Amino acid sequence: MKIPVFRTALVATASFLPISLLLLIIFLAVYSWPAIQYNQFHFLWTNDWNLGNLYGNPVSVNGHQIMPGAKYGIWFLVVGTIVSSVLAMLMAMPIAIGAAYFLSEGIRKSWAGPLSLFVDLLAAIPSVVYGLWGYALLVPLFGHTIFPFMVTTFSFIPFLNGAAGSGYGLLTSAFVLAVMIIPLISATLRESIQMTEPALKEAGLSLGLNRLEVFWHIILPKLKTVLIGVGILALGRALGETMAVLMVSGNALNYLPSNIYAPISTMAAFIASQLDSALQDPTNMAVEALSEIALVLLLITVVVNIAARMMLWMARVR
Amino acid sequence: MAINVLEEQVLSKMGSPKKFKVSLWRKLMTALATVMVIGSFIFLAAMFLSIIIDVLIHAWPALNIKLLTEITNGIGGGLKNAIEGSIIMSLGSLLLAAPIGISAGIYLSEHGHGNAGKLLRFLSDVLVGVPSIVLGYVGYITMVIYLGWQFSVAAGIITLTVMLLPYIARSTELALSNIPLSVREAGYGLGAGEGRIVFKILLPGAAPAIMTGLFYAVALSMGETAPLLYTAGWSNYMWTGNLTKEPIGYLTYVIWTFINEPFAESHMLAFAAAFLITAGVLMLILLGRWYMLRAQRRIGAYR
Repeated sequence: MKIPVFRTALVATASFLPISLLLLIIFLAVYSWPAIQYNQFHFLWTNDWNLGNLYGNPVSVNGHQIMPGAKYGIWFLVVGTIVSSVLAMLMAMPIAIGAAYFLSEGIRKSWAGPLSLFVDLLAAIPSVVYGLWGYALLVPLFGHTIFPFMVTTFSFIPFLNGAAGSGYGLLTSAFVLAVMIIPLISATLRESIQMTEPALKEAGLSLGLNRLEVFWHIILPKLKTVLIGVGILALGRALGETMAVLMVSGNALNYLPSNIYAPISTMAAFIASQLDSALQDPTNMAVEALSEIALVLLLITVVVNIAARMMLWMARVR
Repeated sequence: MAINVLEEQVLSKMGSPKKFKVSLWRKLMTALATVMVIGSFIFLAAMFLSIIIDVLIHAWPALNIKLLTEITNGIGGGLKNAIEGSIIMSLGSLLLAAPIGISAGIYLSEHGHGNAGKLLRFLSDVLVGVPSIVLGYVGYITMVIYLGWQFSVAAGIITLTVMLLPYIARSTELALSNIPLSVREAGYGLGAGEGRIVFKILLPGAAPAIMTGLFYAVALSMGETAPLLYTAGWSNYMWTGNLTKEPIGYLTYVIWTFINEPFAESHMLAFAAAFLITAGVLMLILLGRWYMLRAQRRIGAYR
């Protein structure tokens, strides 16, 4: 029998992809195993991250060497991550739909190409540049002008009133995240708007609807699954975003936001900012606890992505 | 006669012929929706321009030849080492990721119609969604600590490679699946084997699209920070050629650390780095698009 060399080589290289995903999960789980055993499940919903007295002698608790007073609880990170991403998605969705309609149906084809560059290039800007922009432009603008104005205007709405803060915080992070994910949502949406059958549009137009009404009553309901799928996909991107959030979130520690202007921290940003101090822990438990955060973040994004791909697969996008 | 009179009476009762009337509510909603649609595009364009202009204005005073000739010191200096590092990292990861990614893409498009292919496609889509900081952390615990490479070029490049693989695989798959089946059949009909068809027919035909995918991948790897923070480290000096045990500088690190320094010179350097990296990334994307358009016009797309 002839061995299909070429195809075997293809399969071997192609299997790098799933193997690397599996290895990621396995390495993280193995490395953080002591922390998982020590922290158990209340790790997720206690609100107490404390590396302990790093100058003391390690003590043994339940068979694990830790620094005296060390506690690991990440509820504030869970809240910060999920609330900022969901807020970003809620802000991004209407604008992305509007921009997708504008670029695919609203203007003539010859203008759509150059104008869509604005949106496409927005997706290409590195996240650390978004962070810099947020840090240098948005934070002063929001902190000095817009947040105080919002606090006085919306003083009757819960979560929108209270202290206006410094500009670093939940709403600024969500805003930057929203600008980052709009191009993703808009690009997929534009593609699927162009893929809907022209006959449907023509039927609507012949009933006397104008183009916006055709879009609202016929095309959008047809794209419901795509919308949900691409929304979840963007949510997954926002959950894992590191640099931009790190630079505008205010890096709160053990603090739950009381309104939308309050400082927060997210899991991804926390991992990036805390490894240096975790390395000071001679028992290594802090580094392992950070790795547990990475594992939690990885599992959340994998679940979110699987859900999104399922939706998009059902809607037969790509 | 009587009938005519009757008709006239009926018609005059009905008044003028009834016109199709659009209710005020619909007009109002349409106007509102138009404003929202145009507004959302203007919002995006404004965000894009404000990022570019903000970076350009702050970077302008720092853009001089010193950036290219001097290395960074603690608070200022040039960006020679960081520029070199960024280029090494992205080219290195491209060199590793391109062959693997392209062959994975070939597999997906040529043999990926069964369950194994579906699973592979699904998992590579999930891999795209893995946060880059998680990749960096895994790179840190495996290569930097466990293998003892310390902060090094190799650890950074391999971490970036894992990040780029799924992008290259999917863009290659898309490029190849646009080539019609009849072209492949013609090849088989002439007695070519699988390998020959891929190398002589499919890859040349899909080359522009694959190249565009690679341009995007380089742009992506140039702009990344999170996976490199704890794998490549940072160095104020030029790279001396060691793959392991020698950290390397890169532009995106300059942006996020130097902006936190209290000195105006450091801030200017951070903005200069942001300008260089943004210009590089946007240039690569535009170059990729232009190349694709030109190739399509010249050899004609297969569609």
